[in-house]
Amino acid sequence: MNKKTRLLFRSLILLIIVCAVSYTIYKSLTKDDVATVGDQAPNFVLTDLNGHKVKLSDFKGKGVFLNFWGTWCEPCKQEMPDMEKLYSEYKKKGVEILAVNVGESNVAVKDFKSEYKLTFPIVNDKTGDVVEAYGIDPLPTTVLVDKNGKIIKKTSASLPYDTIKQFMEMIKP
Amino acid sequence: MKAIKCECGHENPYGTEFCAACGKPFKGGDSDQLINMRYEGSAIRSKTYNKTIIDKIWNFFSSVKVGVTIIFIILVAAAIGSIFPQQEYIPSNADPATYYEDRYGIFGKIYYLLGFENLYGSWWFITLLAALGLSIIVASIDRGVPLYKSLKNQRVTRHENFLKGQRLVSITPGSIPFEHIKGALIKNRYKVREENGNILAEKGRFSRWGAYVNHTGLIIFLVGAMLRFFPGMYIDKVVWIKEGETAAIPGTNNEYYLKNNNFILQTYSKNDKQYKAALQKAGEVPKNYESKITLYRAKSKPVIGELPKLEKIKDGQAKVNHPFKFSHYGIYQSYYRQGELDKMKFNLVNKKTGKAYGPMTVDLNNPKTEYDLGHGVEVKLSRYYPNFYFDEKGLPASRNKSPENPAFVFDFKTPETPDGERSLVAIQQTIEANKQQANKYKMKFAGVEMKDVSGLTVKKDLTLPIIIVGAAIFMLGVVQGLYWNHRRIWIRQKDNETWLAAHTNKNWFGFKKEIQKISDETGLIMPVDKVEPKRS
Amino acid sequence: MAGISSTLLYCAFIIYLIATFVFAMSISDKKGREKGAAYIKRWGRIGYTIAIIGFICQLGYFITRWIASGHAPVSNLFEFTTFFGMMMVFAFIIIYAIYKTNVLGVFAMAIALLVIAYASMFPRDISPLIPALQSDWLKIHVTTAALGEGILSISFVAGLIYLILTVDQKVSTAKTKWLEFIMYCLLCIVGFIIVTIISQSIGTKEEFSWKAWKDGQRVEQTITYELPVLIGPPDGKLLTKGGYEPFVHAPSWMKGEEAPKKLNTFIWSLLSGAVLYGLLRLILRKRIAAAIQPKLANMNDDLVDEISYRAVAIGFPVFTLGALIFAMIWAQKAWTRFWGWDPKEVWALITFLFYAAYIHLRLNKGWHGEKSAWLSVIGFLIIAFNLIAVNLVLAGLHSYA
Repeated sequence: MNKKTRLLFRSLILLIIVCAVSYTIYKSLTKDDVATVGDQAPNFVLTDLNGHKVKLSDFKGKGVFLNFWGTWCEPCKQEMPDMEKLYSEYKKKGVEILAVNVGESNVAVKDFKSEYKLTFPIVNDKTGDVVEAYGIDPLPTTVLVDKNGKIIKKTSASLPYDTIKQFMEMIKP
Repeated sequence: MKAIKCECGHENPYGTEFCAACGKPFKGGDSDQLINMRYEGSAIRSKTYNKTIIDKIWNFFSSVKVGVTIIFIILVAAAIGSIFPQQEYIPSNADPATYYEDRYGIFGKIYYLLGFENLYGSWWFITLLAALGLSIIVASIDRGVPLYKSLKNQRVTRHENFLKGQRLVSITPGSIPFEHIKGALIKNRYKVREENGNILAEKGRFSRWGAYVNHTGLIIFLVGAMLRFFPGMYIDKVVWIKEGETAAIPGTNNEYYLKNNNFILQTYSKNDKQYKAALQKAGEVPKNYESKITLYRAKSKPVIGELPKLEKIKDGQAKVNHPFKFSHYGIYQSYYRQGELDKMKFNLVNKKTGKAYGPMTVDLNNPKTEYDLGHGVEVKLSRYYPNFYFDEKGLPASRNKSPENPAFVFDFKTPETPDGERSLVAIQQTIEANKQQANKYKMKFAGVEMKDVSGLTVKKDLTLPIIIVGAAIFMLGVVQGLYWNHRRIWIRQKDNETWLAAHTNKNWFGFKKEIQKISDETGLIMPVDKVEPKRS
Repeated sequence: MAGISSTLLYCAFIIYLIATFVFAMSISDKKGREKGAAYIKRWGRIGYTIAIIGFICQLGYFITRWIASGHAPVSNLFEFTTFFGMMMVFAFIIIYAIYKTNVLGVFAMAIALLVIAYASMFPRDISPLIPALQSDWLKIHVTTAALGEGILSISFVAGLIYLILTVDQKVSTAKTKWLEFIMYCLLCIVGFIIVTIISQSIGTKEEFSWKAWKDGQRVEQTITYELPVLIGPPDGKLLTKGGYEPFVHAPSWMKGEEAPKKLNTFIWSLLSGAVLYGLLRLILRKRIAAAIQPKLANMNDDLVDEISYRAVAIGFPVFTLGALIFAMIWAQKAWTRFWGWDPKEVWALITFLFYAAYIHLRLNKGWHGEKSAWLSVIGFLIIAFNLIAVNLVLAGLHSYA
């Protein structure tokens, strides 16, 4: 082995190791296999309060404001009325709200819906599969899906009126 | 960086301590000084070139001193990580930010601030392991290749100074039949090579490769550990399934579903003869945790959230130490919750007469709204609080969705009370809506159904075969290197003298006994050990 | 069956004791030095035979206890530590067969005795197995690991002999002090055993109620001291009528389950060890190691060094197989993962790394003789830490913090 091939050989081994280790560290520090910003939003089908099936892919071409919520969660209660206010305005502009309840009883959800007079579709994730696929941890979590079905934002903050509006603008087709 | 040409004609790389072919030492000359036999005196490659930055890095990791230092740093780091429990071992409901300080005081706080609560997964710990791996690779290449070459190239006839420089040397005057010596060596299971009156007897050379074999095993093991982080190689999830329910197995992309038929918890009997004394002190000791399960496969690939048509694959059980296996997956019995409220039964009772309608059963996870109790009696569930409490405004509310403390608002109509009555029913309390006039009827608790919930770990680990191969090769290499040793005896007959020089890479005690035996058999003089005790 | 079992263990203990004395006699008897090698050889053979008889007795204990309990008797601290002592004797039997050094017999048997005596201070009830422990792999893992640790302990014994033999006792140096410290540590174990036996025969028992951590919460608990109370629980209330208030209370942050009691035991060990050490120094009028040194005069230090290394060479693969590889196989089945950075696992890895470093330093850096001997002593400390402290301090939900 002459000096040149030796250098090449050494560089190659070092390079392989550095790459492999960097990738490992990167992977070990990031959570994988849940849908994150930049991914295609996983399609799902859930039942609404009237027993109709609602599919995410039904909204293709529209922006979807995906809100995960529970009846007991205080920030959810705060942002729901603002969402309702903006719903009718943005529905015309091609933005749909889909509120995914995290698997509570229909009684509680129906009760909540009528109490807050919500008109946007509410579906119930009884099995928790959708929550799992989207890696939803605290409630509420809002996921913004654009018209191409791509996730462009995911936030667990409690949303004031202006922010919701701004979000709606972001996903307007 | 010139090659060293020996008088025997063999060219040795720069840095060689003695000729790879004839063994003439390049330093020390004609002295009796011991020569360094480590790596057969060959030049460790990294020590000979030092030019580019790549070479410098390479040389750094080639050093055994550096390798051992890395081992010690990992050792200390690992020890630090064991002082307090890692984050995964603290109670799952505890917030690590406060837990460590609450529990362990100021040391716990510092521990947490330094990020030691997740030490083994930290970037710097992984980097340390990688550095160790690199050191193993580089050091093995640098030492293994030249060692292999020099052991392959060694000649039978060695330079006089090489023989003199061994730890065991003797010169026996007079003539000893050559074949006699050869026979004795062969009898002791030496591989004998001869060349004009000289002998090289060797055994156990393969033990010299032990170090390189075990290092290869370690590298394979580390690669296996690394592959875990590559997509699709490794799945580790927990799924909670209540008795009687079916759930998608996480990590299988909704291909497989699992039904929990029954959870079993058995404890040792208090009257067990052999364990009586221990059980009196310890109280209840569990004997078996087991979930009876059924595996299903989706007939078509479902969209998330949808329950597809299922086809039964097999029944089985997940038991501690005996996971349920299918395809590449293992289902492990890991956790359980016992006695979770599932259904509640009520009767609607006339307070005065005690006449009861019902019973009606409320499913606590998915309650119906309307219940027809016959005889014109209807009950409606208007509100449901699975985990009931009064909020700060004094209104009924639920803490979350799990039915730990359920409360209901019932509206009931009977022919006697056509306008209906309403009351809030919680465990151990009833509040009636109408403050002015007491209700005629009340909902009376009539029983509860409870269910166990199994917490099952879903595991897929495609790296296991690699890990197993790595570990096996490692063990093989360690045994090969440590349980055998490389022994060599050189015999040189010249001028009516017989020289004997001998070397082993370890276990001189046994080697000397063997030479003693050979000496007894042949009449060769037993060499005096040059490293005999410094004292006594 | 359980009765036969404990009788056999008792017999084994006594026989080991006799073996120790026979070995000691063979090297220290004045007659021996006059009569020379043949005398030493003969008594060595007698001692060795006695040791083997003792080992067979203990094997009998092991088998009968297995029958009595229905599972391999390596499932609690008493059983495991006893087994570890047995494996030390076994390792000694192997190594003696190769090297035939009587001095090794004295020290190895004495330390094995200490280990077995220490083991019997723990509760000796036959206890049932929780589900996670009901595994054949667990038995294989624990026994192989104990064998590996037993063999590695012989390396410590040889290393200790090497140090006593070679450390210059004419002047007081850091080395002589550390060597005395090792002696002191061994005496602390003796002290602990003596104090425990005395307390048990008197029947000392005091109870306190106090608040301690359990499962992430602080709850009212009762803590029972079997030794006289030097260190009471912080804010503890004495429950035993006519009991003595403790001398001092443990610091208020020490709220781990049983932690103050363990600290109390620890302090007792240190104190009794100090008393024993002081007494010995008074009697001997020199350092303990200095007093032993002349008895070893006809030992070959190079041979002792080789024994120490050989024990590592034999023990390291066995330890790796038992404490890491078999452990991983069991862990994969019982805990769903072959490696989980649990303290016990971590300390097995630390032991592995340490002896790996030992081997590299010896083979590549030429750390022979004294350096190597010190390393073997540290190695044993790590093993002992993993056997004792990890169980009592770290894995016991981290009681000392």
